[in-house]
Amino acid sequence: MVDRFDCRDAFAGALECLAEQDRRIVAVVNDSLGSTRLARFSKRFPARLVNAGIAEQNMVGIGAGLANGGKIPFVCAASCFLTARALEQIKVDVAYSRANVKLCGMSSGLAYGQLGPTHHSIEDLAWMRAIANLTVLVPADPLETEQAVQAIAATQGPVFLRVSRSPVPQVHPADYRFRIGTAAVLRPGRDVTLIANGTMVCRALEAAAMLEATGVSARVVNMSTVQPLDRDCILDAAESTGAIVTIEEHSIHGGLGGAVSEVTAGGRPVPVRILGIPARFAPTGTAEWLFEHFGLTPQGISAAALELLETRVRR
Amino acid sequence: MNKYAQGLPGTLEALARRVRRSSIQMVYDAGLGHPGGDLSAADILVTLYFGVLNVDPGDAGAAGRDRFIMSKGHCSASLYSTLAFKGFFPEKDLAEFMAPLSRLNGHPNRTELPGVEANTGPLGHGLPIAVGAALAAKMDGAPWRTFVLTGDGELQEGSNWEAIMAAAHYHLDNLTVIVDRNGIQQGGPTEDILAVEPLAEKFRAFGWQVRETNGHDCAALLDVFRAVPFEAGSPSCILAKTTKGKGVSFMENRAEWHHGVPNEAQLAAALRELGPEYHG
Repeated sequence: MVDRFDCRDAFAGALECLAEQDRRIVAVVNDSLGSTRLARFSKRFPARLVNAGIAEQNMVGIGAGLANGGKIPFVCAASCFLTARALEQIKVDVAYSRANVKLCGMSSGLAYGQLGPTHHSIEDLAWMRAIANLTVLVPADPLETEQAVQAIAATQGPVFLRVSRSPVPQVHPADYRFRIGTAAVLRPGRDVTLIANGTMVCRALEAAAMLEATGVSARVVNMSTVQPLDRDCILDAAESTGAIVTIEEHSIHGGLGGAVSEVTAGGRPVPVRILGIPARFAPTGTAEWLFEHFGLTPQGISAAALELLETRVRR
Repeated sequence: MNKYAQGLPGTLEALARRVRRSSIQMVYDAGLGHPGGDLSAADILVTLYFGVLNVDPGDAGAAGRDRFIMSKGHCSASLYSTLAFKGFFPEKDLAEFMAPLSRLNGHPNRTELPGVEANTGPLGHGLPIAVGAALAAKMDGAPWRTFVLTGDGELQEGSNWEAIMAAAHYHLDNLTVIVDRNGIQQGGPTEDILAVEPLAEKFRAFGWQVRETNGHDCAALLDVFRAVPFEAGSPSCILAKTTKGKGVSFMENRAEWHHGVPNEAQLAAALRELGPEYHG
């Protein structure tokens, strides 16, 4: 059995390491010390953790003010509340103002499972991606999460970092080096490209192995930067494999699939199949059950890829 | 000669008159703006920039500067006029207010214009940002202070009360909010649209120290600004009683001048009423 990890631990560990070295690093939470894994941070750096209480608009505004005062604030909250409740503050106080704020949307996607659509965050990428100046990152495993935290702290400007709580295996080799704006080809392939990010990357890799058994060579790309998008990687996938399946723990509208389609439509039109959560509020179920329900499994991805290839042949 | 204003600062009252003249002229030229609130805030702005704030137009981003956040960002003409007269950018640039590609957008943009601390326009954003700035100074044990000017109708936005709660919780005695209490918002009197009173009692109940003052009396404003913090360990609130459209009789206390634009005759009448650019 492959070990699986909660990326929030890598996130919190990386933030503590940075905070040791750089006094400007501070954290802002909305009574979310436990769910952001920042309890230890708050013990180690009590004067550098601001608890805004259950008040997300103020929390994001405080982040912008801290940045104005020379700090590098990591504003951490469940992604559903951070992005929906404080959307205007994210747009104006952070992105339009080019404030050096790192917005960390925790427990994104379907992670809250049975707690229901109020707590699911399957629109956040669409919202964040539509905002200018905002870098949008969705790391796939603990190693990439850790490196993303380091990279955004070292880069001036507003960022949205999506951190899942659903356990994932390590998908990158130990020598992997994350770079903002650069997608990673995790597996070569000729017939179709599976473009995923976050919790869906490990599933795409499993799907590619299943496809290989049926004689289909699938490339797997981890598109961990959704904005700015690695256009060259997408256009190369379109050019050399001629078909793309995108997989994301997000609505099929406006997220990774939308971003990829915008590039192919204008640059190299090829069939794109977008896998994610269809435009409906999810029924009650655990995150894993919902993944099955919506076909976000290696089997589901592999079947979608085969179907896409068949459609293309028929044309 | 620049039609907006020119020359060295005179008294605060004279500066405020120049800000009013400039704001009306800018709104007329742009064909757009919020003159009622510009006129209401002019005395508060010049008293802060010329009598209170530790800011250096030659080093607008200095780490230890006082922060002023214009939460009522729609009153940009009076803010821009004040910043230009202070020397943050050339006074002649005021002529570009809202022109295509101008740095002087209808609402302030810190990434374009020196002296602007926060991009505002949607209401209820300035106070939370001010709380964050005040927290940053506290973390560093730094002496710089944060001031934020809000409208009164603006206090209908719930985000303000989140920030007001947080400021008291964190004992931000380096934070001062000034409420431009002119009593009128876009659609009419605040107390008819959605009552904000009793404001003093509300701020006090949230843990703030409150003083009320005449928002058009620069000497009184100076006194109250120099008295902050009113109490160590508490944030300070100044309820500045003002008149919307102050200084132009036909604009005073009339909601239609919230974003009304004067015609040529009204411009001339307004400038005549405000008095010559230089005296006093």
